[in-house]
Amino acid sequence: MQKKFALPLAGCRFWRTLGTLVTNMKTRLFLLNASHRSRRTARVLTAWAALGLAVATLAAPLTFDFKDPKGVNNAVFKLDAPLESINGTANGISGTVQFDPAHPGALRGKIVVEAASLHVPNPMMKEHLHGKDWLDVANHKEISFEVTRVANVKTTGADTTAEVTGQFTLKGVTREITVPVRLTYLPDKLGARTNGRMQGDLLVIRSRFTIKRSDFGINPQAPTDKVADEIELTLSLSGAAPRS
Amino acid sequence: MKRAGLFLRRAAVVLAGLTLLVWLGGGAHRGWTQTSVPVEKTDEVTGLTYREYQPRFRPGVDFLGAGLLAAAVFAGVGWTLDRHPGLR
Repeated sequence: MQKKFALPLAGCRFWRTLGTLVTNMKTRLFLLNASHRSRRTARVLTAWAALGLAVATLAAPLTFDFKDPKGVNNAVFKLDAPLESINGTANGISGTVQFDPAHPGALRGKIVVEAASLHVPNPMMKEHLHGKDWLDVANHKEISFEVTRVANVKTTGADTTAEVTGQFTLKGVTREITVPVRLTYLPDKLGARTNGRMQGDLLVIRSRFTIKRSDFGINPQAPTDKVADEIELTLSLSGAAPRS
Repeated sequence: MKRAGLFLRRAAVVLAGLTLLVWLGGGAHRGWTQTSVPVEKTDEVTGLTYREYQPRFRPGVDFLGAGLLAAAVFAGVGWTLDRHPGLR
């Protein structure tokens, strides 16, 4: 019996060491499994977060900045007059537009034209145009249009046409007007426009509409048989939504 | 002093001729005089058309009218000086 018990007793340190080793291994295996589990959990969470972000990115409207460093954005204005029409351009354009390619009807935003950027080729005509009777650019520095609602939205390929209603402000007078708009969404075209310096999407806005100068108090003294009451406006704008 | 009238009439002819030449050379523009000329361009990526103004003098009918009016005044004064020697 002694011998029988001697062996285990004699090997007590061995068993203790073995027991400790087994315990350590179990702990390590547990920790390993726990670590493995947590890594897998982290991976799953990351994947879900990425998916959520992607869905959110796809669902969220993109914000397009219309301050164009290339100077392409322009608003052309035209009024009929006896000798030749008063025809000029404004290119001091800024503003932002929120556009969701999946929901073009949710279009919102504001376009601002710097009044002093209005240019006509005749210097005297330009001086009159900027003057107090006409646009009074010293006191009314901005011409703006802010979108309030969108109707009759039709999308064909990259093009969307709609009737956009908004608050149009000119010479300090704000009126609600509805204008026809054509939007062209150009995904991933910003790189082509910036020689690869920036990546992102472009939104092109085209619109042609008519306003009456009498509605905005633009030189009411000028008889309409000399200078037409109607001002034809043509907007050609391109906004960029860079991706970081 | 008879030469003054002759000089003015000759000056009127030269002025009228120069005005007409400059106006025709500038493209016989039938609108107002321009000091910048719009050049239509197209952005390749967006397809938008836009104008760039290049500084250039383009005489219009106001330039032509002013030049011809000045020539007419010169000619008139010259003719009057010739017809009424007492005014000299």
